[in-house]
Amino acid sequence: MSITSLPETDRSVPLNRNRRSALIALAGLLVAEVVLGSIWKILPQNSAVSPNVFTALMFLMVPPILFFIYDAIWGIKSRNSKMASYPMMLIALGVFVLGTLWTVMFSFTNIKIIPLFTPADWVKGFVGLANYKRLFNTSRWMDCPGLTKAFQSGWEFKCAGALPNMVTYAVLSIAISVSLGFLLAVMMDQKIRAEGVFRTIFLYPFALSFVVTGHVWAWIMSPEYGLQHSIRALGWESFSFDWIANRDMVMYAIVIAGIWQGTGFVMALMLAGLRGIDDEIWKAAKVDGIPAWRTYIQIVLPMMKPVLVTTFVIVSSGAVRIYDLVVATTDGGPGISSDVPTRYIYQNFSANLGQSLSASTVMLVAMAVVLIPWIRVEFGKKSQA
Amino acid sequence: MKLLKMAAVLAVTVALPHVASATELEVTHWWTSGGEAAAVAEFAKAFDATTDADGNPNKWVDGAIAGSGDVARPIIISRIMGGNPMGATQLNPGKDADDLIAAGLMTDITDLAVKEDWAHILRPASQLESCTKDGRVYCVPVNLHSAQWMWTNRKVFTDLGLEPPKDINELLAYAPKLQEAGIQPLSLAQGWPVGLMVNDILVAQAGVENFVKVYKDRDLAIAGGPEFGKIFETLAAIRQYTPADKMVPQWNEAVGLVIQGKAAANIMGDWAGGEFQVANMVAGKDYDCLPGLGVTPVLNTGGDVFYFPKNDDPKIQAAQLQLASLLVTKEVQVAFNLKKGSLPMRADVDLSAANDCMKKGLEILDHSDAVFPNDIQMIDRDSLNQINDLFTEFMANPDMTAADAQAKFVSIIENAPK
Amino acid sequence: MANTSTISAEPSGAKPKPFITWERAVVYTVLIVCALFFLLPLYIMIITSLKSISEIQGGNIFVPSSNPSLAAWEKAWNSACTGLYCEGIKVGFWNSIKITVPSTIVSIAVASISGYSLANWPFKFSEGFFTILLLGSFIPYVVMLYPIVIITRYLGIFSTLPAVVLVHTIFGLPIQTLLFRNYFASLPQELFKAARVDGASYWQIFFRVFVPMSVPIFTVSVILQVTGIWNDFLFGVIYAGPTNYPMTVQLNNIVNSAQGGKAYNVDMAATILTGLVPLTIYFISGKYFVRGIAAGAVKG
Repeated sequence: MSITSLPETDRSVPLNRNRRSALIALAGLLVAEVVLGSIWKILPQNSAVSPNVFTALMFLMVPPILFFIYDAIWGIKSRNSKMASYPMMLIALGVFVLGTLWTVMFSFTNIKIIPLFTPADWVKGFVGLANYKRLFNTSRWMDCPGLTKAFQSGWEFKCAGALPNMVTYAVLSIAISVSLGFLLAVMMDQKIRAEGVFRTIFLYPFALSFVVTGHVWAWIMSPEYGLQHSIRALGWESFSFDWIANRDMVMYAIVIAGIWQGTGFVMALMLAGLRGIDDEIWKAAKVDGIPAWRTYIQIVLPMMKPVLVTTFVIVSSGAVRIYDLVVATTDGGPGISSDVPTRYIYQNFSANLGQSLSASTVMLVAMAVVLIPWIRVEFGKKSQA
Repeated sequence: MKLLKMAAVLAVTVALPHVASATELEVTHWWTSGGEAAAVAEFAKAFDATTDADGNPNKWVDGAIAGSGDVARPIIISRIMGGNPMGATQLNPGKDADDLIAAGLMTDITDLAVKEDWAHILRPASQLESCTKDGRVYCVPVNLHSAQWMWTNRKVFTDLGLEPPKDINELLAYAPKLQEAGIQPLSLAQGWPVGLMVNDILVAQAGVENFVKVYKDRDLAIAGGPEFGKIFETLAAIRQYTPADKMVPQWNEAVGLVIQGKAAANIMGDWAGGEFQVANMVAGKDYDCLPGLGVTPVLNTGGDVFYFPKNDDPKIQAAQLQLASLLVTKEVQVAFNLKKGSLPMRADVDLSAANDCMKKGLEILDHSDAVFPNDIQMIDRDSLNQINDLFTEFMANPDMTAADAQAKFVSIIENAPK
Repeated sequence: MANTSTISAEPSGAKPKPFITWERAVVYTVLIVCALFFLLPLYIMIITSLKSISEIQGGNIFVPSSNPSLAAWEKAWNSACTGLYCEGIKVGFWNSIKITVPSTIVSIAVASISGYSLANWPFKFSEGFFTILLLGSFIPYVVMLYPIVIITRYLGIFSTLPAVVLVHTIFGLPIQTLLFRNYFASLPQELFKAARVDGASYWQIFFRVFVPMSVPIFTVSVILQVTGIWNDFLFGVIYAGPTNYPMTVQLNNIVNSAQGGKAYNVDMAATILTGLVPLTIYFISGKYFVRGIAAGAVKG
């Protein structure tokens, strides 16, 4: 990826050059296939690291070659942009797509501890939907007895298990940390004293490894040593704060710790967004006699939409992948009432890969169903700019 | 072109470490606390004192990664798959490693084991068996840890005018009185300690024979039978002494409650002894350690073993065998196990420096019928995880009936791969 | 900072204001209450780190030590055991720097350029790639471990620094690209068009127009990447090779010791010590990104 400045031109390209590129591209594709084939075939061997420069280069060539084909067929435009984006395309195709393909394909096999990659292994280990059947029969993953009851006896609807827990956590933590983060950012924007001190206070939890801070939260919320114990000792005997030990409330306890950790970064992003709002807008709003809170909600908030979208994606991707937080505060307890999908995936990863991969696939499909329509609406139109 | 150059430079830097004259053997393990580190140092010291065939010194390169098997397994597998295996690695013996052996990733050390007659000098036999697959030996057992211990604080009982209990049944009989006095009969920590406690109670109440029949031979009649049913009822009774709001986050905090006299007893492995020592309490005077929960003195043979991932380098191969042989020599066994607080693999060593609880353990080891295999030696990790999930759920969820739990237990045993 | 506040204070200069209004009181009350909530765990960590083990075992977590000592800090940095060696967490410090600096630079370079391409030079399927990346940010990273082992093996870089740099670039890419793409898309399009009319090339526009306007977003992105990379444990252990183990390996070895007794005081000290580098970055960058945003807004 050499960063030299090439002049960007949109000159039209003669057709014969397109044909030539197409031929080169096809030849390249053949080579790429051979290479990919050999990569699929070769199983782990025990040798010292032997850099295979040739295969490495060929591997790197695959996505560019695919794009030369595309170029050859649909014409050459924005070549600099494409070249500069090769690392990104390479990672998207070579890691995320290939990795996801592997995840999905091998979720239909019975691989246990050793990962396998070859088509032959796939055929040999194929077990159909067995992993998925087990997954949805595992109360740890999802247990919705209320769902059937709901139809029989009114709307008494209750779901437990890792997947519903994740949804609970995601909804609450996104809602609270985004709104609290915005509120804090607005307050920080009131030309207050010691802004730097407050900013650092709100941001520091983000810097500390959660393995230990999660444990501190477990202490604070533990009815045995924490707030409940200390406040009762002060004389308020009926004080109760035992969410972390309460099967129905434990996810809310985790939300508290999650908000503590994540809100600072939301605040920082929002503050950056607020500082980007033109002062003229404030003056105009003042002249029109609009109260400050309405200016924030009706004028400033819509102007911050790009920041909001970014924040929303960052917070929700963190919420979906929540792992450290749960392991450090409750380790899924009491019982398995605060289990989350990634914890299930991690645990099975070193015992039953097939199960782990099928759980990941379910999450991926769920995410795709929610996200792809949203991405199309949110980002689709701007690309034409 | 730049890429080619970069790759060439890389090739050179990767090749460099092989030039060194000492044979370096990287060893991964998860012993990182003070006492554990001191024990590992004994291994390293002994290995560094050896030389290879050419007279060059061997060197132990420490690759400690805390977090036990769940963390270690993906790392070990990644390193092997990436083409840069470690020289030796700690791993849970048994079914965990079977897949790795089946994939041909582990070095076969049968010749060494036969030459040094490990079958006769190491005990109990079950431990070497778990290192053996299809008649070939793949790992070296270095110590024994057992999980079947109940720890009680004597003062708690004498203060209430009670005789300190000699087994779990006596403790359960005292439970109502203890609760009345505001003392938790049993302390419990979240996560794996729950599974450990349930397992211990199963063994204590059902007996070793039935336990092994269920876990190893998959005897569904026993697993679903009335005897196990009764134990599930007992567990349901125990769970009211350890409600979720009384559970603590970590095993050592649960032991701490016993030390402070806030709880009467805790069920935990022999490593809990270290916590009592830190608190300056004396075994048999301030606290009791009851193997097999006091019912029948039995111990399982969980322990630590080392495997040797296959390596192409003949120098590394030689060093691997040297280390394997060294780990079970008398001097190394004594030095290591005294520091680790675990029991040695050999009977022919002097352990007069051991504390009372260790001595109790040694005594049991001499009766081979009192020793039974660890669960991971009998059933696969995946099923164990499921069993652990079931028990943690059962102990925390008062709505789950004993019959429900037993039915689920039977179905996990039934579906476990042989 | 002083600069910005004087400039923004100017318009309302003449009007006399009461020393404290009820709105101010509400603002400070809310901020202080929130700050107390945020500080509570830090307070516990600090007082715990100053206690002795026996004090921790029986004591109240909120009550400071009667005999505070810095021994645990000294131990965490210099002499806590992390396996065979008892040299504390300082061992991995330079390795962490060696990993964090190139990983941060490479991942931000790749992501900012990709974000720029996606926002301003869209090509066919570019939105498709963006969708793949966005979905990628929701994948539990652990399932990607083994495929990446195979990839780095075939690149010949497994167990080396470049491998871990590559991995951080890969996993940083989704969020980072989003950050830059959205930021660049929100910059006034007139600037971009004017630069093109003047005949500026792809790279010229990026380096001369966009980068100078985007200091704040680069700062936010540095905060995110430094925090994530500095605190990473798993990728460091798997891809960097034993000679490059980062500080978090030592932290993990102290905090997660398997069966030995837990020394919470050392755990707390080690965690705070490890967190100091990202904290310093926050401290330094805090001013930058606020002022930068204001500067960007002026131009807009």
